[in-house]
Amino acid sequence: MNPQKRIWKYGDNINTDVIFPGKYTYTMHDPTEMASHALEDLDPTFASNVQTGDIIVAGKNFGNGSSREQAVTCLTAAGVGAVIAISFARIWYRNAINNGLPAIICPRAVAEAEHGGHIMVDMQHHTIALDAHNFPFAPFSETARDILEVGGVIEFVKQKVQNQIDS
Amino acid sequence: MILAQTFAQKALARASGVTEVSVGTTVDARPDRILSHDNTAAIAKIFSQFGLEHVYESEKLAITLDHAAPPPTPLHARNHAEVRKFVSDQGINNFFEVGRGICHQVLSEEALILPGQLILGADSHTTHFGWMGAFGAGVGRSEAATLWATGELWLRVPESIQVTLSGALPLGVSSKDLCLHLIGQLGADYGLYSSVEFDGSGVSTLSIESRMVIPNFMAEIGAKNAYLPPDDLVFEWLSVHSNRNDKQSSIRENAIYPDQGAVYSQAVEVDLDTLEPQVACPHSVDNVKSVQAVAGQKVNQVFLGTCTNGRLEDIAVATRLLHGRKIANGTRMLIVPASSQVLQAAIEQGYITTLLEAGATLGTPGCGPCMGNHMGVLAPGDVCLSTGNRNFRGRMGQPEAEIFLASPEVAAATAVAGMITDPREFEAL
Repeated sequence: MNPQKRIWKYGDNINTDVIFPGKYTYTMHDPTEMASHALEDLDPTFASNVQTGDIIVAGKNFGNGSSREQAVTCLTAAGVGAVIAISFARIWYRNAINNGLPAIICPRAVAEAEHGGHIMVDMQHHTIALDAHNFPFAPFSETARDILEVGGVIEFVKQKVQNQIDS
Repeated sequence: MILAQTFAQKALARASGVTEVSVGTTVDARPDRILSHDNTAAIAKIFSQFGLEHVYESEKLAITLDHAAPPPTPLHARNHAEVRKFVSDQGINNFFEVGRGICHQVLSEEALILPGQLILGADSHTTHFGWMGAFGAGVGRSEAATLWATGELWLRVPESIQVTLSGALPLGVSSKDLCLHLIGQLGADYGLYSSVEFDGSGVSTLSIESRMVIPNFMAEIGAKNAYLPPDDLVFEWLSVHSNRNDKQSSIRENAIYPDQGAVYSQAVEVDLDTLEPQVACPHSVDNVKSVQAVAGQKVNQVFLGTCTNGRLEDIAVATRLLHGRKIANGTRMLIVPASSQVLQAAIEQGYITTLLEAGATLGTPGCGPCMGNHMGVLAPGDVCLSTGNRNFRGRMGQPEAEIFLASPEVAAATAVAGMITDPREFEAL
């Protein structure tokens, strides 16, 4: 598999309403259908062209607004492999980690990345490769790393609950 | 030695059962209350994957039906039916049906959260509960399910931002204008991950309902939580509203105040006397201008409501401005009270009669059209002035519509004129 992934680059304050409109939040559950509406009020070309493993690169405060978790799961359902930004809104960030989606803070990579270009993320060594440059990013907190390692918070809690029952 | 602590440090230390916590560390906090609403059915589906028959502490859950209520489509109705089944299966007592109102208003009115307590809610405006000096933070659906299963959640102890208020609001200017002023000056990411802690002599000049606006709106600058120091007005209000007969003295004993000398990452000062009516313009909440700068902008719909500004005080000011007047031709005005108690009081005060005579219409207490589900969604090309908290593209259901955000004063003046108008032009204020 080609470790080079395609970049979808957007600006600051990409809010949850443009990622996944509120009008769908209580009636749409099918992941494929959710994916078909991802970013629909920001970039109508995204949902029909995104490919598995593609990476979103954005500016400050990605995911601000609602707590709706579909603003993460519509992206994972669409195949997005990671989101790299200057900063994240806190609930979106937690939702991302909880769904096994790496949310990576790396302002230098954001500055260099170009829409449609290619990027490579090395989660083990905390580096992003872009053209000929390598950009390090800070490792995740211990809790976030534990959750990401098992693929999300549901599996994480399942194991915790099972351990409590076993002990 | 215990160093001087912020509100956030003290509240999270208490919620995690330790004497002291440092900023930046992670704690396992046990909330006193867990909030969810129409999203309860989706959370229940996640919870079912844990293989547990019952939630950990059912008495801690509080559930409202408010975001699409009454249900506008059969799919929404099915969602509500699933919520009711979960409530029944789990024996949840604190369940509030369609029409009771918006979660943050209802839980406040029911005194289901008290000063110094921790509430985590599957709703981004759970910051709301800072009005009484509680720690309120929003979480996602998976985290709400985690809380139902385990009773605890990891939280990072946030840095705190100090906002000091002096003076008092001039006539025609409200606490919404303070909020819009702050986000306009500081930006939508200024408070990311932070506890926004207000202090200063200006706080006690604000009514309870005016205070409720402020921590609610701090979600829009990215805050984890926000805090106003509770005073006698707060303790009395909660004591009157509590049906458990919580005594004012016991409520007061549990209140938390930051220490003198607590360390803040930023400090902001606002003289309330200097504020003017503000308007957030499309399509971001921090795109704020003075009302004069956008005066004359034509508006098709005025929406008075939401967890930010759908309370009795907001309806009262609209009534004063609309008394004996008519809403402009080409403009419609939709009023959605934040709760059934607000609606009832507005009827008793005669406000609703005056507003209906002016040509306004009324929706069921709840979130109304704020998030584009029902009860006043917009058409392409529509321009709405809303007293809500978000004006993102597509928020009210249609990406080719525009949303301006402002105070109830500006909303009422705008409804009369059919265009954005400075409420200070009205003597009735």
